[in-house]
Amino acid sequence: MLTKRIIPCLDVTQGRVVKGLSFTHLSDAGDPVELAAFYYREGADELVFLDIGATPEGRDLMTDVVKHVSEQVFIPLAVGGGLRSISDMRHTLEAGADKITINTAAVLTPELISQGAQKFGSQCIVVAIDAKRINSENKPEWEVCTHGGRKPTGIDAIEWARRVVTLGAGELLLTSWNADGQRAGYDLELTRAISEAVSVPVIASGGAGNLEHLYEALTIGKADAALAASIFHYRIYSICQAKNYLAERGIPVRR
Amino acid sequence: MNDAAIVIIDYGAGNLRSVANAITKLGYQAKVTSNTDDVLNAAAVILPGVGAAGDTMDSLEKLGMSKVIRQLIYEKRPLFAVCVGLQILFSGTEEQGWHECMGVIPGIVRRLPSGLKIPHMGWNQVKQMVTHPLFDGIPNETNFYFVHSYYANPDDISVTAGTTNYGIPICSVVIKDNLIATQFHPEKSGKYGLKMYSNYLKAALGER
Repeated sequence: MLTKRIIPCLDVTQGRVVKGLSFTHLSDAGDPVELAAFYYREGADELVFLDIGATPEGRDLMTDVVKHVSEQVFIPLAVGGGLRSISDMRHTLEAGADKITINTAAVLTPELISQGAQKFGSQCIVVAIDAKRINSENKPEWEVCTHGGRKPTGIDAIEWARRVVTLGAGELLLTSWNADGQRAGYDLELTRAISEAVSVPVIASGGAGNLEHLYEALTIGKADAALAASIFHYRIYSICQAKNYLAERGIPVRR
Repeated sequence: MNDAAIVIIDYGAGNLRSVANAITKLGYQAKVTSNTDDVLNAAAVILPGVGAAGDTMDSLEKLGMSKVIRQLIYEKRPLFAVCVGLQILFSGTEEQGWHECMGVIPGIVRRLPSGLKIPHMGWNQVKQMVTHPLFDGIPNETNFYFVHSYYANPDDISVTAGTTNYGIPICSVVIKDNLIATQFHPEKSGKYGLKMYSNYLKAALGER
């Protein structure tokens, strides 16, 4: 049986790991290569690196980080943040990434998804969707945001999810703008709505504060993988603890 | 001329660096090459795979590499094929229409049945169907990392050395003489993936 994946996320800027609170308050800590190796030894199923600075110098530093990580970490590596072109993607994949994640660039240039999928295969193309809850009368709705959550686009998140899959995305990394950094749980309604709308795997992100939250995302939210940063980064829980907790509750995990 | 004992076939696609990093981690040196002589002179060959099977076939044909791969298999020389590398050994694939493949292993590559998420992406258990040095030190039902939308269905089930369930049973390991092929990615499957490469290389290089 396919296991559910637990994915620590490393937010990186200028080659250093940071953790954001609602994308804005940052506290610097950690060498990404060491942290990645630590998570690998602990049993992480995959790693996501997001360059939240997304400056040209930061991107070069990120390429070095990916090179070093891929020499000692033998699980899938997804890398994103500021990738705007096929050549950016190629550069990142050649450094040792297995998947690239695109967000703002996908909204601005949706053809990037199809071109990337054609060149490198759908399995390489993860579209990151930052979704913000909007007030509506009956059912919940979410709007896609770009630029690290700062720019609302007016695009419906569920429609966007369907569209990017049609264009060739092999996986979605779904972050709730409202829940991110709050440690009060994932937006389960959003996660479930997107997961049911598409045929590709969905990684739930934003809001993990305890292990019950991971469980909820993988069951109620129907996510295929749960991503978390601060609960692992600050060692509130280890990856092992998370997996033991999930296994005891009947979730198939790799141990 | 100094021939490399271990070569990784470079056909312009694939995750060459990941495979090379895994080999390096095991203490070996591998040459990444698209030269057919390098491949014919090597003691152990790895054919990595990422992307579409049709494109992979085209690239290998252009390099004259498909003929070389057939020769390696015919001469029962050590070859380890990964993911799409496994699929192109079969008679043909339904991916993007119909593409004729190498036909070394009779059988068809089909799309995974709908109903489950496609691609089949993540860690899944490999049930060992045979006792073989490839599995030395690797417990039965160990999880390996998969990412694929098509699966190979060998006509002769005796080549199926490992199976994995994803809605249906999938042939996840093929062993035929000194040919080994896996649908999963050992280079992305943590310590047991590395162990699998190590078992292969030890046998291919005649180490004990």
